[in-house]
Amino acid sequence: MDQTTPDTSLSHQSVTFPDGLRLDCGFHLAPVEVAYRTYGTLSPARDNAIVVCHALTGDQYVADTHPLTGKPGWWTRMVGPGLPIDTERFFVICINVLGGCMGTTGPRSPRMRDDGTTEPWGTDFPPITIRDMVRAQKLLVEHLGIDRLLAVVGGSMGGMQVLEWCATYPECVFAAMPIATSPFHSAQNIAFNEVSRQAIFADPQWHGGRYWECNEIPARGLAVARMMAHITYLSEAALTRKFGRRVRHAPGRAGAGEPGSLFGEMFEVESYLRHQGSTFVRRFDANSYLTITRAMDYFDLGAEHEGDMSRPFAGTRTRFCIVSFSSDWLFPTSQARLLARALNRVAANVSFVEIDSDKGHDAFLLDEPDFDRTIRGFLCGAAEHAGIA
Amino acid sequence: MRLDQRLIAGMIRPRTRVLDVGSGDGALLDYLFRNSGCDARGIEIDMREVTRSVAHGLPVMHGDADHDLAHYPDNAFDYVVLQRTLQAVERPREVLRQMLRIGRYAIVSFPNFGHWRLRVQMLVRGRMPMTSVWNTPWYDTPNIHPCTILDFLTLCRDEGYVVEEWMAVDEDGERAPWRRSIRLANLFGEQALFLLRRKDG
Repeated sequence: MDQTTPDTSLSHQSVTFPDGLRLDCGFHLAPVEVAYRTYGTLSPARDNAIVVCHALTGDQYVADTHPLTGKPGWWTRMVGPGLPIDTERFFVICINVLGGCMGTTGPRSPRMRDDGTTEPWGTDFPPITIRDMVRAQKLLVEHLGIDRLLAVVGGSMGGMQVLEWCATYPECVFAAMPIATSPFHSAQNIAFNEVSRQAIFADPQWHGGRYWECNEIPARGLAVARMMAHITYLSEAALTRKFGRRVRHAPGRAGAGEPGSLFGEMFEVESYLRHQGSTFVRRFDANSYLTITRAMDYFDLGAEHEGDMSRPFAGTRTRFCIVSFSSDWLFPTSQARLLARALNRVAANVSFVEIDSDKGHDAFLLDEPDFDRTIRGFLCGAAEHAGIA
Repeated sequence: MRLDQRLIAGMIRPRTRVLDVGSGDGALLDYLFRNSGCDARGIEIDMREVTRSVAHGLPVMHGDADHDLAHYPDNAFDYVVLQRTLQAVERPREVLRQMLRIGRYAIVSFPNFGHWRLRVQMLVRGRMPMTSVWNTPWYDTPNIHPCTILDFLTLCRDEGYVVEEWMAVDEDGERAPWRRSIRLANLFGEQALFLLRRKDG
């Protein structure tokens, strides 16, 4: 397992808000730094801005090379010149979420101790909610001088942020595209997150969350968390198509080469998951993972409204386009339909599409031509209705 | 756009809120938005049509008349349109009630089972009729609740709906000339088109 400590010295494009934010938990977090990337040009009327919200382990590098991994951004197939989220037409903003580890204030950020010295927040970082993430994004959007967003788009946890944008700042969102998401985090999804967290807690190198003191990271625990979560992002059909039961021989592995040994061979799917785990720990902070998964668990649009998920959207004038994927069992179509019907109850303008795909939850990041057409068409339609040529 | 859709569009006042149940390829929605400035939205059961419509920028959600109308609030729309679908829904009376709950007006078109060709085929051959409109065998047809124009009028009377306007058209949507006689329309009209409202609305 890779033990490299993630590089914390990177500099990201960011704005610091000295007054910070009052969080849902009651804590006043200040200052708050918000790291972001923008693509395209803001129109003189400032009416062509689209916020793209990233998922649990994503970041603001949506359409350019990731500074840590050197790999292309996580949605380069969707965001760019001439692409469905067309940066020749739209000004695209992607913001690292509050609690993240790519420049926005989070558990790895320094806090002032009583004696004037600083140390990372670690697990003392206050619990945050999806709404807190959106409040931080709103600070940045205001800072950029934008009153109304043409659209907010996001998948998975990004979709939760889209919904919170619409519920918290309805007048600021002309169109919204919650993708592969749900109006609340289900018991099953909380359960998966808990297994991920327990994997991190169980790693002796986690050191109760103060792993920086020992110059270590809980790489094994975080990798196991990622491996487990990654299974939930796929589908049985996708795993079968990609790996089947194919076996590869693992020369460097304990017991390898000894005929008949228990782990002498490795299934390709095992090898793939190990690779996913080991590359993940190089770019992601374990305490951020704990903070953000908890924020997802708290997400429930009906929680403050006796379970009525439609009330946060009462009177909304936002145009919604809900997208689900047929093989997504983490955020299934049935939950997207609950959201669609909640929006129907307030007579909102709702499009609702289920894209036929066997790629599971991750389909929203992958090549799905119908999905591309849906995003492009919905945004073009929104721009037309918003009066943007 | 089909001719019968043009007739429907002609019944809808500009700049109103319209829900098209069974919006198909979205042609009526597109027309109503572009030509009448309507806030026109669709519900469609065929996912390919939904995707195609949304990809054209039209607000369409996947759903169907039997299960999705109940979720809308009262008077959410000025018009609720049901094109050539009434005979295929599970509970036509309930669908009509929902349409006139969430909309001030309901526009309903359906193929007329009272057409003379169907009557003659039943009488002469003694078998389920097959025509260009009723063109699937009984074991395959989605049209589980066929009715005649007279049947529909009876239902409207029983439910207390006011028929604001009606017309009978042929399969291509050309208006048929039996405007004054419902009995003639029931014999010669292939499709029927109704504009309804609640008595109290």
